Amino acid sequence: MSRQIGDVILDLQSISLRFGGVKALTDISFDIREHEVRAIIGPNGAGKSSMLNVINGVYHPQDGKILYRGVERKKMEPHMAASTGIARTFQNIALFKGMSVLDNIMTGRTLKMKSNLLLQALWFGPAQKEELEHRRKVEEIIDFLEIQHIRKTPVGRLPYGLQKRVDLGRALAMEPQILLLDEPMAGMNVEEKQDMCRFILDVNDQFGTTIVLIEHDMGVVMDISDRVVVLDYGKKIGDGLPDEVRANPEVIKAYLGAGH
Amino acid sequence: MGFFIETLIGGLMAGMLYSLVALGFVLIFKSSGVFNFAQGAMVLFAALAMARFSEWANRALGGDSLLLANIIAFFGAGLAMLVVAWAVERFVLRKLVNQEGATLLMVTLGITYVLEGIGQTVFGSEIYNIDVGMPKDPVIMFESIFEGGILINKEDFIAALIAALLVGLLTLFFQKTPVGRALRAVADDHQAAQSIGIPLNRIWVIVWLVAGIVALVAGIIWGSKLGVQFSLATVALRALPVVILGGLTSVPGAIVGGLIIGVGEKLSEVYIGPMVGGGIEIWFAYMLALVFLLFRPQGLFGEKIINRV
Repeated sequence: MSRQIGDVILDLQSISLRFGGVKALTDISFDIREHEVRAIIGPNGAGKSSMLNVINGVYHPQDGKILYRGVERKKMEPHMAASTGIARTFQNIALFKGMSVLDNIMTGRTLKMKSNLLLQALWFGPAQKEELEHRRKVEEIIDFLEIQHIRKTPVGRLPYGLQKRVDLGRALAMEPQILLLDEPMAGMNVEEKQDMCRFILDVNDQFGTTIVLIEHDMGVVMDISDRVVVLDYGKKIGDGLPDEVRANPEVIKAYLGAGH
Repeated sequence: MGFFIETLIGGLMAGMLYSLVALGFVLIFKSSGVFNFAQGAMVLFAALAMARFSEWANRALGGDSLLLANIIAFFGAGLAMLVVAWAVERFVLRKLVNQEGATLLMVTLGITYVLEGIGQTVFGSEIYNIDVGMPKDPVIMFESIFEGGILINKEDFIAALIAALLVGLLTLFFQKTPVGRALRAVADDHQAAQSIGIPLNRIWVIVWLVAGIVALVAGIIWGSKLGVQFSLATVALRALPVVILGGLTSVPGAIVGGLIIGVGEKLSEVYIGPMVGGGIEIWFAYMLALVFLLFRPQGLFGEKIINRV
């Protein structure tokens, strides 16, 4: 592989998150290095999605801090996280169903649009030229994901696997530093899973994007990740290379249940 | 035949004005999922601002140029609608992200009373008129084709043209521009829109501002026809059947719905009215909306609601 794993880009320190009396995350620390594929795994209800939502700025942890490129991050909203280069996909696909594939991916360029809102609204001069440049970039992404044939189709009509791919495309259009993938392979058949794995590895390899992914299909994760964090009941029970994690007795217990 | 066409045209033109008010509902519903009950109050507020600003500007200019005074007043009233949009976002919507539709509907009821109150406190509560130089005299056309010709009200005709133009511009804005795309994105999914960096707050201000401008145009047209008074707030109620008929999420729906209601009202009044003793015009629209709700609850052009199980 051509990519080089770099320094720590995101450092999560002692994160705790509560919803009323329910502890979703308890004292979790781990780091994410630049250009790596980092997986967060765990059984249902382990707090994987909560963790992702913390990174994305949807939830605000009560304790702990997050260092982004060495600087402590203040409390932030999702659109601010987006502007610092964090993109995400959703477990239950959250595409704009009425819009075409092309338009959906174009929305991912929102932050890259430089001309002011008024000019954009009037569709005037520099704004128009700029739109064409973004359009070119989006077409590259469409080619990359091999979805040329459905460019103009409203996403609501597409099968599940393709919708997932469009969701990835919209996130890629943001040219993110860190890409958060929430169960990118859930509900897919074997062939679709293989395609998705290939796209994820290609993104990582060609664009150098740091990838954080959540999955509960252990097999897939072990194949494509550089390092794996394991959560169970909101606590971290394992962290390391795929092989180390696989051999960790606590992880085996969490996945297979006590007594095995 | 001439009389039928005359009624038809009268209905179409009245319908265009309903469309204009309905459009305000559709814009806000489409892009924030809020059924904005305050649209009528916004029309009243905008019309009051327009009438008083025009009056003040005219006096300040020494009464020389009504046109200039009206232009100043238009921008003044537009600015007032910007303040309204900003205040609604800052003090109301921002606190209510991701709340239920019913909650937001109740909130817009509150906004209605606040706007009506503030509007009348600031601008006064008497009857004012807006004079934008609309021609009042009717013209008679097609005398060679029909006996007696067809009587067309010039004021209604110009109003209908303005409404059509505005609708065309808004459609382009929504379909073709990046901002329009961002608005549609927010309408579809708040969370996803935020995650790709669309700032919800700013988008909401834009939507309410656009709805405010639409309300302003509606207010000017209705106000110059009927005078600016409290009852203007109730034109929104006339537009309710229009959005039910056309579909809450469709700009073309608001237009077609408005035209159907306008034409239906006039034709039924003229042709069915005498049989039942008249007065049909008042309830015909609601009746039509009710029938539509039974057979096509999403309206003519609304998005069909499909739940995957």
